[in-house]
Amino acid sequence: MAEASYPEDLKYHAEHDWARIEGDQATFGITWYAQDALGEVVFFDPPEVGTHVSKDQAYAEVESVKAVSDVFAPLSGEIVEVNGALADSPENINADPYGDGWMVKVRLSDSSEVDALMDVAAYRELL
Amino acid sequence: MPVQYEGIRAEHVQVRTGAGMFDVSHMGQIETSGPEAEGFLQRLLSNDLSRLAEGGAQYSVLCREDGGVLDDLFTYRLPGGRFLTVTNAANHDKDLAWFSEQAEGFDVEVQDAHDDWAMLAVQGPSARAALDSIASGGLPTRMRTAELELAGVSTLVCGTGYTGEDGCELLLPPDGAVAVWDALAEREVRPAGLGARDTLRLEVCFHLYGNDLSEDRNPIEAGLGWCCKLDTGFIGAEALAAVEPDQQLVPFAFIGPGIPRQDNPVAAPHGSGVVTSGTLSPCLEIGIGMAYVPVADAEPGTPIEVDVRGKARPAEVREKPLYRKDDSG
Repeated sequence: MAEASYPEDLKYHAEHDWARIEGDQATFGITWYAQDALGEVVFFDPPEVGTHVSKDQAYAEVESVKAVSDVFAPLSGEIVEVNGALADSPENINADPYGDGWMVKVRLSDSSEVDALMDVAAYRELL
Repeated sequence: MPVQYEGIRAEHVQVRTGAGMFDVSHMGQIETSGPEAEGFLQRLLSNDLSRLAEGGAQYSVLCREDGGVLDDLFTYRLPGGRFLTVTNAANHDKDLAWFSEQAEGFDVEVQDAHDDWAMLAVQGPSARAALDSIASGGLPTRMRTAELELAGVSTLVCGTGYTGEDGCELLLPPDGAVAVWDALAEREVRPAGLGARDTLRLEVCFHLYGNDLSEDRNPIEAGLGWCCKLDTGFIGAEALAAVEPDQQLVPFAFIGPGIPRQDNPVAAPHGSGVVTSGTLSPCLEIGIGMAYVPVADAEPGTPIEVDVRGKARPAEVREKPLYRKDDSG
């Protein structure tokens, strides 16, 4: 499992989710802290493409051998892509939470919501 | 005992392919001795104690008068007319109270032996070889015991386990446990935790008290009728003789994605049921579990649906065990 890391270029949500914002789209995933707390992820239950997700609401589930946990949307929008590779390799969420472990791509419906997210320094304060 | 050391899946695979050791010292022990020890235990335990020879091990359940299960236990008959019964940690105090209460009128001594023993389970296809290399004599065969020295520590070695793999369980003095653990660690036996213990036992459909067994369930519906010898007259036998269960505990496997969990509702062709244990099988790589379903739906192959947090997951009743050695490929 990778060393603890929190990339500078991401925005963070208090439920230990991250968003990588690129124009009107964002990629979501869970932070190193979240995957470490979960332990070995063995199942990722993705939402369907086209689903609308709302900021602060659960949009997917991750399960480790012992526990299940909701994944919360840091921002609102419509899901345009899910990481299909996680169906066969959910362990990518542990191994590379900001890379191969990404979960969904979302077309944002309200870009002003970004202002409510934390930068890396604020998120680190929370941990 | 930690839930995991290096990771549940790695530990699980280690036990299936090599050897792992579990520190199960949380499990309790009750020692029963005295002239009427056998008759007393015959009254308490569901199996036929008269068929347990010295040096042997026997599985049974402990029932209330109404047949509800207080615990499931292994009992070892030791030399000198002594019996050692291994209890589940969470039930130890309750079991001990039950033993003491029922001992009235019997010429027996019931003793809490929890503090006298540490307990290690050494399991896996290469477990015996590792144990052999530190043992003063021959290891016991399955369901037998032997008093041996392991790495110089006087140990009761039992040919029992909870993983579906070959191996032994060790009862040893607490101050000797570390020496034995270290000696095994030097012989490629790797630590395994509570998490792997649960996934291993579930793949081979061994019951876990508190999940698959409880005071509200009787051993007949739990599929443990084989260890209930009703003609021995144990406490609960009369109630169990009259039992016609509506439900039966069955193993099942998911057809598609998802992981069943305890208390998930089950929809079966003839009615509803409930999951008592569920996990992702590390060897089969599918969701597996055990559930109480209507007796009419207990046949292997019966399609059922498990409601996992609002999602209906298709599943199928399977035969025991869910995992067999040959399946691993």
